[in-house]
Amino acid sequence: MKSFLSIFRSLVMLEKTVEKCCISLNDRSSCLVVQLHCKYGVRKTHNLSFQDCECLQAVFNPASCPHVLRAPARILGEAVLPFPPALAEVTLGIGRGRRVILRSYQEEEAGAQVPPVPGPTDSTVKAMMTEMSIGEEDFQQLQAPEGIAITFCLKEFRGLLSFAESANLPVSIHFDAPGRPAIFTLEDSLLDGHFVLATLLELDPHSQDLGSSQLHRPVPQLQGHSTPHQDDFANDDIDSYMIAMETTVSSEGLRVLPSVTLTPGPQRHCGPGPHSEEEDNDEAEPGPVPGTPPPKKFRSMFFGSILDPIHSPQGPSPVLAEDSDGEG
Amino acid sequence: MKFRAKIVDAACLNHFTRVSNMIAKLAKTCTLRISPEKLNFILCDRLVGGGVSMWCELEQENFFSEFQMEGVSAENNAIYLELTSENLSRALKTAQNARTLKIKLTNKHFPCLTVSVELLSMSTSSRIVTHDIPLKVIPRKLWKDFQQPSVPDADVSIYLPVLKTLKSVVEKMKNISNHLVIEANLNGELNLKIETDLVCVTTHFKDLGNPPLASDDASRDRDPAEMAEVHVDIRKLLQFLAGQQVNPTRALCNLVSSRMVHLDLLHEDVCLQYFIPALS
Repeated sequence: MKSFLSIFRSLVMLEKTVEKCCISLNDRSSCLVVQLHCKYGVRKTHNLSFQDCECLQAVFNPASCPHVLRAPARILGEAVLPFPPALAEVTLGIGRGRRVILRSYQEEEAGAQVPPVPGPTDSTVKAMMTEMSIGEEDFQQLQAPEGIAITFCLKEFRGLLSFAESANLPVSIHFDAPGRPAIFTLEDSLLDGHFVLATLLELDPHSQDLGSSQLHRPVPQLQGHSTPHQDDFANDDIDSYMIAMETTVSSEGLRVLPSVTLTPGPQRHCGPGPHSEEEDNDEAEPGPVPGTPPPKKFRSMFFGSILDPIHSPQGPSPVLAEDSDGEG
Repeated sequence: MKFRAKIVDAACLNHFTRVSNMIAKLAKTCTLRISPEKLNFILCDRLVGGGVSMWCELEQENFFSEFQMEGVSAENNAIYLELTSENLSRALKTAQNARTLKIKLTNKHFPCLTVSVELLSMSTSSRIVTHDIPLKVIPRKLWKDFQQPSVPDADVSIYLPVLKTLKSVVEKMKNISNHLVIEANLNGELNLKIETDLVCVTTHFKDLGNPPLASDDASRDRDPAEMAEVHVDIRKLLQFLAGQQVNPTRALCNLVSSRMVHLDLLHEDVCLQYFIPALS
């Protein structure tokens, strides 16, 4: 993306000089050709080479999420301002009085007790906890019960909010229980954006609780033995695993795979919604990557593989999501 | 132990935020002392030896519309807390457009200073930002380490030039050497000297003025032109100057020859004292 973006780096200059922009594919030389037709007959041609890759489609459906929140991007943008820039994760939930609460999420160290044993030099080293509480009236839609809370990556959230704010679009957050992915959608006449973020599967009953002063009901707990997502990456065949390694943003491709076994302590469970039962292929599976620590940073979107190793290509694979191909 | 305070006035809030920003620049970790009439930010680096100390005092009634505190006991009616200064200034930063600010001592799994800000909002609903700043309560037996430092008998007392000018001079000098000589006399002259094998740079400030001497002051017998000099680590002086965003109401420099530089500032009603020991 960096090369593509560098073509459009200076918006001011583009607005002043560019009359037309043509984007085409040159199959022979495997290039994406971006031609800027500028004033005075100047033509700038950029050739960006590309590689064919597996088309992975994320499988998710906002409609299957029971809870939804919608607000103008500006409200949400202002809501995340008080949080320190370095904060990795934030918990979003509904508190008492139907107030929407955003709270900084601190990972407990493994083995730490709550309340932590006070030590002589410990307390000041702990990070500051910040919480933002917004009234229901600021939201265009709020369909979620009091007490529900999900934790997701703040950095990604800030990224999508800054885009939404610049385009002045309302943001809808579709979510389910903690552990299920949260889908952030933006819509306008020109575009349709879906951002799927993983949410923390919270095994500790206290960690995601938004504080007894705010909620009168603790966050509903997932049972420790709940069925791990069958569409979990670790379950997929080795091909999709290799593909994920190539498409993952972070170089730590291996760490992105969560282990299937539920380790004590918070753990990421990333999986787009349940899709076809052909994905229940744990018997073909090499097994969870042993010793993988729960990934602390979730950088890539998770894709369900549409390849099925058991019934290896015998007919067209079922299409689980339409290619979004240029309309809207 | 209890502490609750509230600020409703925007000017007071801004002033308090500025004080907190200054403290954050001067000391990474500092001690906050809460007593019925005052708030103190204290840095006491005696343990490290050769470290700087800081004592900042403000009258609580100049800032807070409500202030209630209950110390450790009736005889020891004070609370000593250690916190990371940056946390407080960061929490106050979100209070720029606040209707009210409340601070209280809480215990949420561990002792915290909870700063709760009600923001002005365009819409009907109010927005509340809460920050829990973790802190450490300092036990009574250590309180003696955090008392107001005694103001030493200075050889020379002189008013400082405009701090911004001083800062830019000191910043440039730091590039040459870390060893700075500060000298001043009772004729209102202050010199900053840097010396290396290759170069010697002196900046002269004149007509600064000296505060009036007390009648029994030993310095009365001193030759006004005689310079008192202190050798300090320039970085310590620079850190002090970096914390001064606004020009103070009054800025005094007291030199104890070869021992210490004592900087005494007054920002409106907040007094700040900073002690830089001489290089050994």
